[in-house]
Amino acid sequence: MLLRFRLNGRPVEVETPPGRRLLDLLRQDLGLIGTKEGCGEGECGACTVVVDGKPRLSCLTLAIQVEGKDVLTVEGLAQGGKNHPLQEAFIEAAGVQCGFCTPGLLMAAYALLLHRPNPTKEEVREWLSGNLCRCTGYEQIVEAVMQAAQKFKGIGGGRA
Amino acid sequence: MRPIPVVKPKDLAETLRYLEEGGKPIAGGTDILVAIRKGLEKPPFLVYIGELSELRVLEEKEEGIEVGAALTHLELLSHRGTERLPILRQALRTIGSPAIRATGTIGGNVVTASPAGDSLVALYLLEAQVRLVSQAGERMLPIHEFITGPRKTALKSGEIVRSIFLPYPEGEPLSFFRKVGRRRALVIAVASLGALVWSKNGRVEKARLALGSVAPTILRPREVEEALVGRPVSPEAWEDLVPVLSAATNPISDLRASAEYRRKVAGRLLLALAQTLQTMA
Ligand SMILES: Cc1cc2nc3c(=O)[nH]c(=O)nc-3n(C[C@H](O)[C@H](O)[C@H](O)COP(=O)(O)OP(=O)(O)OC[C@H]3O[C@@H](n4cnc5c(N)ncnc54)[C@H](O)[C@@H]3O)c2cc1C
Ligand code: FES
Ligand code: FES
Repeated sequence: MLLRFRLNGRPVEVETPPGRRLLDLLRQDLGLIGTKEGCGEGECGACTVVVDGKPRLSCLTLAIQVEGKDVLTVEGLAQGGKNHPLQEAFIEAAGVQCGFCTPGLLMAAYALLLHRPNPTKEEVREWLSGNLCRCTGYEQIVEAVMQAAQKFKGIGGGRA
Repeated sequence: MRPIPVVKPKDLAETLRYLEEGGKPIAGGTDILVAIRKGLEKPPFLVYIGELSELRVLEEKEEGIEVGAALTHLELLSHRGTERLPILRQALRTIGSPAIRATGTIGGNVVTASPAGDSLVALYLLEAQVRLVSQAGERMLPIHEFITGPRKTALKSGEIVRSIFLPYPEGEPLSFFRKVGRRRALVIAVASLGALVWSKNGRVEKARLALGSVAPTILRPREVEEALVGRPVSPEAWEDLVPVLSAATNPISDLRASAEYRRKVAGRLLLALAQTLQTMA
């Protein structure tokens, strides 16, 4: 099928089987390799993207399920060559070690901040509960999201 | 994974034609895509029903709400129409992670018919009715008749779950839901207990209990429900029912927990219920 959707703010048209995984469409067909594949079955969150403002696992999403939708991947976070406040905060708070989980965590956190610009720590933990990290022990990540929430307001708020 | 063929019908009538041809519905895909990947399911083709407008309405009626099968857990949680059913919200809130709640649907949870299905605990408590449609017509089944075993339902080929009717309970029962799991988010509880309890002057007038993950399907332990009537709302007064409840369960052992542990947890959950009710009253 000819699939049309918005990707990181731009309209795209791509020829794809409708049953192709969004993850493969992004990584293999569109060359956006920021989105990672960990488990491939919903358990790790490494493949998290944001679809119409909500977090979604791209390993459990078919191409046809994003037809006409607005998809944001980690590549869409930085604007004009500048990191998104979330990315900055992850670096500052040492929320990144090997980095494999980072794109998924960033997108889950981004979705949280869209809904709750001033989250509590408890809410941050809840919203990141589907994302596994084998390195950091999570505390730094929660801290990073709390820091970013302070700076995030007004910076990329309304965009999905 | 090789792309599986999938069609996206424009309306319910076209959907039913595809189902007659052997297509299998996919709504959110959070169960079926995992099952296909693991080789547990090999449907000839998928029929994407997640955006069908006929399956995405929530109708508020006199006696309850009728929720479209393709509404997601998140949509139900944030819909005004579910406000009068706190037990539903309590159960849905514990499902997976935000991404799973934003993707998975109530219809998918019902048809998957897992003994651990969290929405199912609420549906059994509310005595929900499942509305099924096929080219042959429509029928309604109570949830406990629709689900016939672990991952087994009365769904016939060519049939789809259109909606689920959730009656408002009479009066003002207190509602309780607790799930014990290995990890906070993601998959499958070790055991869960939901309850609707009507009480007056510190005594139980009526109780409905439903347990997840401790039997082949969601379990309504009727003997315990009946034994609770007239008892004071306090853990001490319920202590003797713990073994009765444990005996009513029929759990399996798996990677997450042994049968024995699940039985114990079920008993503890009963006392947690009493404790919570005591502080609420
Ligand atoms: C990481 C992870 C965590 C999870 N955590 C939980 C949890 O905590 N609690 C819980 O209960 N579940 C959990 N699940 C399971 C799953 O997310 C839920 O069961 C969800 O509600 C399924 O809905 P879906 O729309 O994604 O179903 P799908 O995968 O689209 O469909 C599931 C099944 O139902 C059929 N189907 C779907 N809709 C209809 C319909 N309208 N009519 C007829 N048949 C239909 C499909 O053919 C398929 O057989 C989890 C899953 C994952 C991957
Ligand atoms: S790769 Fe999608 S959840 Fe692990
Ligand atoms: S930084 Fe290595 S998995 Fe999270």
